[in-house]
Amino acid sequence: MWTALGDPTRKAIFELLLERPRAVVELAGEVPVSRPAVSQHLRVLKDVGLVIDQPSGTRRIYRAHPDGLATLHADLERFWGMTLANYKAVVERATEESE
Amino acid sequence: MSTHTQMTATTIRSSIVVDAPIDRAFRVFTEEFGAFKPASHNLLGVAIAETVFEPRVGGYLYDRGVDGSECRWARVLAYEPPDRVLISWDISPYWRLETDLEKTSEVEVRFIAETDKRTRVELEHRHLDRHGEGWEGLRDGVGGDEGWPLYLQRYADVIEKEG
Repeated sequence: MWTALGDPTRKAIFELLLERPRAVVELAGEVPVSRPAVSQHLRVLKDVGLVIDQPSGTRRIYRAHPDGLATLHADLERFWGMTLANYKAVVERATEESE
Repeated sequence: MSTHTQMTATTIRSSIVVDAPIDRAFRVFTEEFGAFKPASHNLLGVAIAETVFEPRVGGYLYDRGVDGSECRWARVLAYEPPDRVLISWDISPYWRLETDLEKTSEVEVRFIAETDKRTRVELEHRHLDRHGEGWEGLRDGVGGDEGWPLYLQRYADVIEKEG
């Protein structure tokens, strides 16, 4: 999720969706990238579960995914797993060097 | 190299054993936090120049960007070398700095000497539900008049279709 929001345009799109649900064409009017690029960003946000979409007539409406706790949980679990694994590598290197 | 992680609804527990004496394990964790924190963890608009863990109660964990901007994303609530640190987690579920401290969770890290040269590090990130207070507002905002019942119904429909 953090990597997904690491891109400034993607983050801007997500923040627009936090305000209210929108269609691709509306989003494209708010950010300085093309409509296909907006779709691309939306796909990434969807893949990580931050955004959901549903059809509305001929359009699709995108909105921020409301299940915050589940997302946060999965996200922090990944974060701490990665952090502790990195930490182990750093602390053991420091220990080797001191011996 | 493996970590062990388990979850309950509002708590994440993760632990790891490192080949290092407890003093060094504690020192590296606090003094070199920026050396192992995943690079994707960045609320600044620019690359991080350094991450600082202020070694005292009342201090902050903050990232300093290459342009000098700073992001203080955790407060040091307990600092007890070489056994324990407790920090707040001031980041909202939607990856913004949380300014309402009621809506922040906390992370406790304990260091336990298994031998002179080996240390077990146990991490507990708890009270995740505190972040949730904001979700109601978020939910109202994104749900609008269509509301959750409709959304949940559609979700249930999808699940059934896929099932």
